[in-house]
Amino acid sequence: MLELVQASTYAASIDNLILFIGIIVGVWFLLAEGLFFWLIWKFRAKPGEKSQYLVGNEKHVKRWITIPHALVLVCDVFIVVGAVRVWYNVKQQLPEPDSVIRVTGQQWAWTFQHPGADNELDTSDDIFTVNDLHVEVEKTYHFKLESRDVLHSFSVPVFRLKQDAIPGRSITGWFEPTLTGEYDVQCAEICGIGHGVMAARIHIEDANTHAAWISSASAATTP
Amino acid sequence: MADTVADVHQHEAHGHGDHHHDQSWLEKYVFSTDHKIIGMQYMFTGMFMAVIGGYMAYVFRMQLAFPGISVPGFGQVSPGEYNALITNHGTIMIFWVAMPVLIAAFGNFLIPLMIGADDMVFPRINRLSFQIFFLSSIVLLVSLFVEGGGFGGAWTSYPPLSANGDYNQTQLGASLWLIAVALEFVAFLLGGINFITTLMNSRAPGMKAYDIPLVCWMIVIASILFMLSVGPLLAGAVMLLFDQTLGTGFYDPARGGDPILWQHLFWFFGHPEVYVVLLPAIGITVEVMATFARKKIFGYKMVLYTAVATGVLSFFVWAHHQFIAGIDPRMANVFTITTLLISVPIAEMLFVMIATLYGGSIRLTTPMLWALAFMAEFLIGGVTGIFLGASGADIYFHDTYFVLAHFHYTFFPIAIIGSFCAFTYWFPKMFGKMMNDTLGKIHFWGTVIPFNFIFIPLFVLGMGGQHRRIYNFQHFPQIAGPEYFQLREIATIALLVMLAFQLVFFYNIIMSWMRGEKAGKNPWKANTLEWTTESPAPHGNWPVDELPTVYRGPYEYGHPDREEDYWPQNLPG
Ligand code: HEM
Ligand SMILES: [Cu+2]
Ligand SMILES: [Cu+2]
Repeated sequence: MLELVQASTYAASIDNLILFIGIIVGVWFLLAEGLFFWLIWKFRAKPGEKSQYLVGNEKHVKRWITIPHALVLVCDVFIVVGAVRVWYNVKQQLPEPDSVIRVTGQQWAWTFQHPGADNELDTSDDIFTVNDLHVEVEKTYHFKLESRDVLHSFSVPVFRLKQDAIPGRSITGWFEPTLTGEYDVQCAEICGIGHGVMAARIHIEDANTHAAWISSASAATTP
Repeated sequence: MADTVADVHQHEAHGHGDHHHDQSWLEKYVFSTDHKIIGMQYMFTGMFMAVIGGYMAYVFRMQLAFPGISVPGFGQVSPGEYNALITNHGTIMIFWVAMPVLIAAFGNFLIPLMIGADDMVFPRINRLSFQIFFLSSIVLLVSLFVEGGGFGGAWTSYPPLSANGDYNQTQLGASLWLIAVALEFVAFLLGGINFITTLMNSRAPGMKAYDIPLVCWMIVIASILFMLSVGPLLAGAVMLLFDQTLGTGFYDPARGGDPILWQHLFWFFGHPEVYVVLLPAIGITVEVMATFARKKIFGYKMVLYTAVATGVLSFFVWAHHQFIAGIDPRMANVFTITTLLISVPIAEMLFVMIATLYGGSIRLTTPMLWALAFMAEFLIGGVTGIFLGASGADIYFHDTYFVLAHFHYTFFPIAIIGSFCAFTYWFPKMFGKMMNDTLGKIHFWGTVIPFNFIFIPLFVLGMGGQHRRIYNFQHFPQIAGPEYFQLREIATIALLVMLAFQLVFFYNIIMSWMRGEKAGKNPWKANTLEWTTESPAPHGNWPVDELPTVYRGPYEYGHPDREEDYWPQNLPG
């Protein structure tokens, strides 16, 4: 119904995990609801018919609980394995970066520190922007996420990426864009009255455009 | 208990002189120690708060669907007001609606009646519990109108935002909010002591552990869970209050504190809290399903044991709320496993309840419709929780409307459907009159159908990447398109329809209470002890020499040895 862009290397793996879980729980859900409504209809009160007296510890009756019980457990194992694999890839390991950026949340804006022409962070040619993040497609980035005041959360829905920013800490994560274009960055943790306007944009550019942006931005900031 | 017998005599002694009349009305309805009256006080306070919580939902849903309009009955919604509205909506619905109605109101009303006792063990503590709760409600409502406005840091109240007036700009509102919540906790600790002790000590002769109606067990297990989980949070709340008012730095990283500490304390309480409100709703549903399916519960012990298992496991899952909050990423794996494990006992409990219908003789009365709707809707809440417990998927879904729709599919069935179920089922016992069944059904369909039209669009919006707690989505180009706004409008219009149908409910209560058919002792032909006394039950519940004795379990329906399809717990033989 709504168009969902996948713009990072791991976006598809997260979507597939969601689909996988969706199929498993979808089947359970339909079975359970189907059985439920069937029972309601089948055992509706009929004049002159008394309900049955079932204690529930007959073996053939108990099977109806013990078998689903085991099946739920098996499904859980599959879901855990799928979830942990995706999680490991997105959050637990860090591939070698091509570039490192710093993302800082504050009430109520995002500051992005780009490494500039020398591709080194925290050098004099770094480019600072507010609410506009520029990255190059198909390059691996590390981001260092920080906050100046309260909790914020750096969320890029097209990447399927989200990470809270915590004052006093610097949290490192990674992404690799796969599509050029301009997309939303949302703040996903309530951070005061300006939370709803803490909107930034991420500009994913091909190599030439990105290089051109670096030189024009450097020219604009250097005296 | 000797206490309450003495009370009966006191009332008789006072009742005669006319000049005492005023005072005895106060004594009877305002400062009463009678568990039924206290239950009603909790119920009506909870209902009143539900109306406020619903009104808040109306205001902010209007703002979300039609940003910037002047909402009829409120006016334009500023960002600060928006935050205060959602924060207090969430807080009210959980702490001032779900808890007081499901646990305190029905716990108070039902436990002594269902176990054959004349009152709670500690009637005066019970009264104190309600008085503190009432005070907490007033503090919360006052907090909305103080200088700076109501607290807007979300019901989870994460520091540093909540800890510092410079950040939240509602210094006073934030402290009053916190004090109100802490007082509410104290009220429920006092109430819980009573429920647990009463169930242990005051059961009718002959009532063994497995003869106790499940709803009583569930409320008591819920009270135990609450007591075990709330301690650390109360301590955390005091530290937060110190940060707010004395300028300490427990949660301030600049002074060696840690904001994440609060999240651990909050969710160590917050996740069990979900089961604290879920279990009573399950208990209510079980009672109603057994009565109207005319069936013995399929596996009484299984329901009980799975409830305990769920309760125990619920203490080991809290960090699934913090996957992306900056905890060690390796911990996420542990909490994914525990969270998915909890699906096993919960699924089993629901299977047992579904299986109870097998072989029944099902009558679709209004309370039964509510019970069945609880099952059908709660299942949606349950299965969507799996996505969020799976760490990998939660990276995307965390703090989106998918989460929001998920937990409303659990909380709405629990707090609203469960309460209507209990209310319509026990109304005859509470007021001695039958409720109008046709109006009841109109109200039922007018609530349940719109409910789905509110929250299914919100699932879709969540999958589309829409985040929570944002007062105007026009600032985000990707989710500001017309197809997104259509979904928001559907949700809001469905809410308006649902709210309108609540008038039918209030009309039905008033009309049934004034002119309803007399109920008699046992209108539903049910087994449990509350149906063996007059409707409404007198002070002391039964005449002193007629307190019941129990001969069998609560769900002996359709027994082959009997002509009748029910077998009350108190009948000898
Ligand atoms: C009457 C129908 C209801 C509607 C239409 C509704 C709607 C909403 C919406 C749209 C939000 C999100 C606002 C935002 O994040 O910007 C919200 C938040 C919330 N609601 Fe409801 N709700 C309803 C009933 C309930 C009930 C019965 C409960 C619980 C028993 C509940 C508990 C919560 C909680 C805990 C929050 C989170 C507040 C926060 O983010 O701090 N709601 N509700
Ligand atoms: Cu924010
Ligand atoms: Cu939880």
